[in-house]
Amino acid sequence: MSMPFYVSPEQLMKDRADFARKGIGRGRSVVAVQYADGVLFVSENPSQALHKVSEIYDRIAFAAVGRYNEFENLRIAGVRLADMRGYAYDRRDVTGRGLANAYAQTLGTIFSSGGEKPYEVEIFVAEIGDSPADDQIYRLTYDGQVADEHGYAVMGGQADTVAEYLGEHYREGAPLDEALRVAVGALGHTSSDNGGSQDRVIPTEDLEVAVLDRTRTQPRKFLRLRPNRLDTLLGERGPATHAEPEQLNAPESSSSGDEPPIAPPG
Amino acid sequence: MIDGPRLPAAYLMPGTSSFSDFLSEQAPDLLPSRRAVPQGHAGDLAPHGTTIVAATFPGGVVMAGDRRATMGNIIAQRDIQKVFPADEFSAVGIAGSAGLAVEMVRLFQTELEHYEKIEGSTLSMDGKANRLAALIRSNLGMAMQGLAVVPLFAGYDLNHEQGRIFSYDVTGGRYEETAFHSVGSGSLFARGSLKKLYRDDFTADQTVQAVVEALYDAADDDSATGGPDITRRIFPVVQVMTTDGGRRLPDDEVAAIADRVIAGRMNRPDGPAAPLEQGAN
Repeated sequence: MSMPFYVSPEQLMKDRADFARKGIGRGRSVVAVQYADGVLFVSENPSQALHKVSEIYDRIAFAAVGRYNEFENLRIAGVRLADMRGYAYDRRDVTGRGLANAYAQTLGTIFSSGGEKPYEVEIFVAEIGDSPADDQIYRLTYDGQVADEHGYAVMGGQADTVAEYLGEHYREGAPLDEALRVAVGALGHTSSDNGGSQDRVIPTEDLEVAVLDRTRTQPRKFLRLRPNRLDTLLGERGPATHAEPEQLNAPESSSSGDEPPIAPPG
Repeated sequence: MIDGPRLPAAYLMPGTSSFSDFLSEQAPDLLPSRRAVPQGHAGDLAPHGTTIVAATFPGGVVMAGDRRATMGNIIAQRDIQKVFPADEFSAVGIAGSAGLAVEMVRLFQTELEHYEKIEGSTLSMDGKANRLAALIRSNLGMAMQGLAVVPLFAGYDLNHEQGRIFSYDVTGGRYEETAFHSVGSGSLFARGSLKKLYRDDFTADQTVQAVVEALYDAADDDSATGGPDITRRIFPVVQVMTTDGGRRLPDDEVAAIADRVIAGRMNRPDGPAAPLEQGAN
């Protein structure tokens, strides 16, 4: 009769965290930037159907990196939670803080329970208020930790490189076109440590860009920016190059007990 | 509703993109149709909404409703809103039991928005009309006890590039109307009025004036329909939907049209006269 190996709780948690981090690290980054009229989300995502940035409610948006089926489940749960709250109480009673809390509890419970594999996702929940001072960006990690971000935030594969660029170029209270140029520049930035290669110009059709814009007249403030609008905002940028395909669904990351990915919407 | 801080497992399940289906599994007590109503006639207990009119024009559709809610012989409210935007391109107007109807509109609005957010695309115009039919059908039990809700649904169909109007009966029957339609207690008079006034080459402004005339005629002959209230400056709610989306006309715009209509009635109380066919003497 064989004895099961003893694994210390510290080691167990570390292994699970490494597993989740590895999954997230394979994907490309998503950037959230506060600008004068709200919050801007930018990611490099050639797919028109599988969104990384989505609307949750009037003033609340969701962005995620990692495994698509996992964050898609979280997104749908968020929409259900928000619509349920808004219907049972009132539209004003749906808050980003409540949603971030529900996500944090869910991710935390899944991470520390032995039965489930940890989610390989990282999430932004952003909510805009009536003025830039009331805007909130919450960043949630795979283990349920919540961080309150200010100015800009990055998650995903090359987060450090992108954050470094944003740290140098970000300006508080910038208009939309400036904030967009900085965010897109950051995503195409290559660290000078890795041989100092040139920064890449990402083609507009590969960009997924959305804003929570408080100047919109309708109650729903979420808006996707289409490629022709992006071309106008970004101006002339020189020749663009597509990125290498994402390694998200590499064979090593798909374990047998997973739920199948959800079919793309639309 | 949620009890603990963690999202319940049902929320994380892939499944329906219909909010009312989700509600019926997770919080059925929130659905208007799930409430048990004791035997008897409840129709006289709550206010009733009255007349709604809708008319299409090339490039869009207009919906308007008067502002009166009645309870028997009493005017329960003078400035009730009975025309609501359902989503960006459509509107729903309600006649019948006011409280239930407003609740049903809220459910319908959430239903359309929920689908749009989960699926990433909007329902077709027919899809929206069918969802509304399903909501009304589930209310049949209440309708038989006097709490009927009869909406009128109109919107701009982006696929067919035209305004469309749907009417309903209490069993959830859905009927597409051409050109114009009206529901509620004053609907017979409003429809008669529009028959004589409506032309299919109207502009948006002319259509708005025609529906305001029709509401005036409804108020003229139906005691439950409210006319323009010039002392309190309360005027019909008018929603105009075109390819650019829907918008509620600002009160001062509607007031200007209503003042024009009233001025005309000062000269001819029955409103504009439709010409007879040529040749009749």
